[in-house]
Amino acid sequence: MTTPQEGCACPLTNQAYKKISRRDFLGLAAMWSCVAAWILAALGLGKFPKPALLPDVSRVFKIGRPEDFPVGTVKIIEDKKVMVQRDEGGFSAISLICTHLGCIVSKTEKGFACPCHGSKFDEKGNVVGGPAPKALNWLEISQLPNGKLAVNAGKSVPVGTKLAA
Amino acid sequence: MRWKAIRNFSQNLFEFPRTFKRSLIRHDKPVSDRARSQIMFNNFFLHILSTRIHRYSLKSTYTFGLGVMAASSFIILLVTGILLMIYYKPSVDLAYDSIKDIHYVVPGGRFIRNIHRWATNIMIVSVFLHMARVFYTAAYKRWRAFNWVLGIILLVLTLLLSFTGYLLPWDQLAYWAVTIATNIAASANEFTDALNITAYFNPGRFMKILLLGSEEIGQDALLRFYWLHCIILPLALVMVLGAHIWRVRKDGGLARPDHISDEDLKGTPKDPLSDKVFTHAPQKTYNLMCLVKGKTPIVGRGPEQTVSSWPHMMIRIVAVFMLTLALTCLYAYMIDAPLKEMANPSVPENPAKAPWYFLGLQELVSYSAFMGGMGIPGLALLGLVLIPYLDREEQEIGRWFDNKQGSRVTKNSFIYAVTVVVGMLVFTVSLGWLRNWFPQIPQLFIIFFNPGTVLVVFFVAWSFYCMVRYNSTRMAAIALFTCFLVAFVILTYFGTYHRGPNWDFYWLKSQWPVH
Ligand code: HEM
Ligand code: FES
Repeated sequence: MTTPQEGCACPLTNQAYKKISRRDFLGLAAMWSCVAAWILAALGLGKFPKPALLPDVSRVFKIGRPEDFPVGTVKIIEDKKVMVQRDEGGFSAISLICTHLGCIVSKTEKGFACPCHGSKFDEKGNVVGGPAPKALNWLEISQLPNGKLAVNAGKSVPVGTKLAA
Repeated sequence: MRWKAIRNFSQNLFEFPRTFKRSLIRHDKPVSDRARSQIMFNNFFLHILSTRIHRYSLKSTYTFGLGVMAASSFIILLVTGILLMIYYKPSVDLAYDSIKDIHYVVPGGRFIRNIHRWATNIMIVSVFLHMARVFYTAAYKRWRAFNWVLGIILLVLTLLLSFTGYLLPWDQLAYWAVTIATNIAASANEFTDALNITAYFNPGRFMKILLLGSEEIGQDALLRFYWLHCIILPLALVMVLGAHIWRVRKDGGLARPDHISDEDLKGTPKDPLSDKVFTHAPQKTYNLMCLVKGKTPIVGRGPEQTVSSWPHMMIRIVAVFMLTLALTCLYAYMIDAPLKEMANPSVPENPAKAPWYFLGLQELVSYSAFMGGMGIPGLALLGLVLIPYLDREEQEIGRWFDNKQGSRVTKNSFIYAVTVVVGMLVFTVSLGWLRNWFPQIPQLFIIFFNPGTVLVVFFVAWSFYCMVRYNSTRMAAIALFTCFLVAFVILTYFGTYHRGPNWDFYWLKSQWPVH
C-alpha cells in the first residue's frame, strides 16, 4: 500500500480536502499570475490588428450637377458601385452591392440580379428571390453648397428615400 | 619526431571524406536488427518512428498511406511555396504581374506554380480521406481522443492555408472568391440584422476588419493574407503536425485490433525472429525505449509480430512520398493553374466560384449566408471534435467499419443520405424555397429553416434512430459521419458541375449562356 501524499486532494483518501500546502499554494499562485499576465497582454495586443483609422476614409463622392440628371435618367457609376436615378420625385441612389455576400448586382428588365448566388431584386431593390437577407441599400444623396450632388456610400437611408429636386 | 604533426595532418586531410561521412552518418550499412534499430533511434528525423513496428501497421489496405500522403504533399507545398516567394510581391499593383512573370518569364516558374496549386488539391483530398479512415477504423478511441482533436485542427489549418493562398494571385477568380468568403466570415451580420441589434453588437464587422484591415479588400487585406499564408499558418501547421505524429508514436503506434489473425497480416513482411521466445537475456528490449501506454511490454520474449521500421516502414513512407510527387508533377505538367484577368472590384466573375472544395459550402451559402457559411460548418466541426468524447464505447479498434453491423449501418446511412440530399436538391432547384413563395417572409425564419438546416435535421434524426435501434453511440456516430460525408461530396459535386451563371442550375457547362 502506498501512503497518500500529503495535501493530496484525492477524495478517496482520508486526507481529502486537507489544506493546501504552502509550497503548492505559492506555486499555483505564481503560475496563475503568469497566466493572468499573458492573457492581459494578449488582450492588449488584440487591438493591434484593428487600426484606429481605416484606410478608406471618405465614402462620399460627387456625381455632378442636378442639371446633368434630367427626369428619367438612370445612370450606373461602375467604379462606385451605385446606380443614380432621377424621376419626378427627385434624386435617389441605390447601392449595387448585393446584401447577401457582396457581389455586384447587374440591372435587368425587372430589377436587379446577382451573379453569385442568384439573388433577385425588384426595381426598388426589394428582394424577390434568392438568399439575400434584405433589400439593396439606398444611399444618402445630398446637395453640396456649391450645388453639386454627392452620394454617401457609407450611409444608407430607408428604401424609397429621394432628394427632392 | 617533429614531423609527426605534419604526418597526422596530411593523413587527416586525406581521410577527410571518410571521417566526415562517419561524423554525419554514424553507422555502416546496418546488417543486424540491432543496427537497424540504432539508426531509427539515433537519428533526429527518423526517431518519429519507433524502432520496431507492428506488422498490422504496414498493411496497405489499412491506412492506404493517407496520412503520409497528406504530410508528403505538405512538404511539396513548403518547398514550392518557398520558391514562389522569391518572385511574388504582395502588393495590389505588383502581385498580378509577378504571378504572370512566374508563369511566363521565370524558368520552370509555371511548373513550380502548377505543382504548388495541384499539391494543394492532393493535400485536401488526402486529409479528408485520412480523417475518414481514422473514423471508420475507430482509431480515435483508447487514449487517442486528443490526437483526433489535433487532427481536426490540422484539417482547419489546411483549409485556411488554401483559402488564404487563393487571394494571392490577385486575379478576378481570387478577388471575388475571397470577397464572398470574407463576407461569409462576416455573415453574423445576417443574424444580428434579423434581430435588429447590429447597431449595438456587430461581430460581423469585427471579423471583417480583423481579416481585411479595412472595409474592403485592398492592400491591407492582401498583406494580411500573405502574412497568414506564408508565415503564421505554415508555422502553426508544422507545430501541430509535429505533435500529431509524436502522439501517434506515443500512443503505441497505429490503432490495431486486440486479436489479429494470420489472415489479417497476409502480405506484410515477417521477421522470423519476432515470434520466438528469447532464450537468452535480450540485449535491448525495443518496446521499453519509451513507456508506451497499453498492455505491459512482455519481458523475456521477442516483440511479437513486429518488424524493424528500417527498412520496412521507411520504404513505404518513401514510396508514398514518391507517388505523391509523381502525381503532382504529372498533373502540373498536363494542366496549368488558372489565372484570369487582373482583379476588377467593379465587375464580378459570373459565376464567382470558390475553389472546388469550398463549392459545397457555397451551395449551402446560397440558401442562407449565416447558416451555410458559419452555422452548419461550425456545428459540423464541433460535432467532429466531440466524436471521441461522446462515443467512448469499448470495442475492437483498427478494423474498417468495425464489423458486420458497422458495415450495415454505413451502407444504410449512405443510401439514406444520398436519397435525402438528392431529394432536397431536386426539390429546391425545381420548386424554389420560401422566399420565392412568400417574398415578405422574415429573414430569421429563412436562417433557421432552409434546405441546409433541413438536411441537418434529417441527419440528426437518422443518427438518433441508429443510436436507439442498435443501442450504440458508435453506430450513431457512424450514421452521422456518413451522412455529413455524403452531403459534403454531393453538394461539392453539385456546386462544381451544375451551377452556372447567376448560380442557376444547368445540366452541363456547355449550356451556360455566353455573355
Ligand atoms: C495536415 C493534415 C494531417 C496530416 C499531415 C496527418 C498525418 C498523420 C500521419 C502521418 C499519421 C500516421 C498514420 C496514417 O498514415 O494513417 C496520422 C495518424 C492519425 N491521424 Fe492524422 N494527419 C492529418 C490530419 C488529421 C485529421 C483531419 C484527423 C482527424 C480528425 C487526424 C487524426 C489522426 C489520428 C487519430 C491518428 C492516429 C491513427 C491511429 O492510431 O491509427 N489526422 N496522421
Ligand atoms: S452575393 Fe449576391 S447572391 Fe450571393
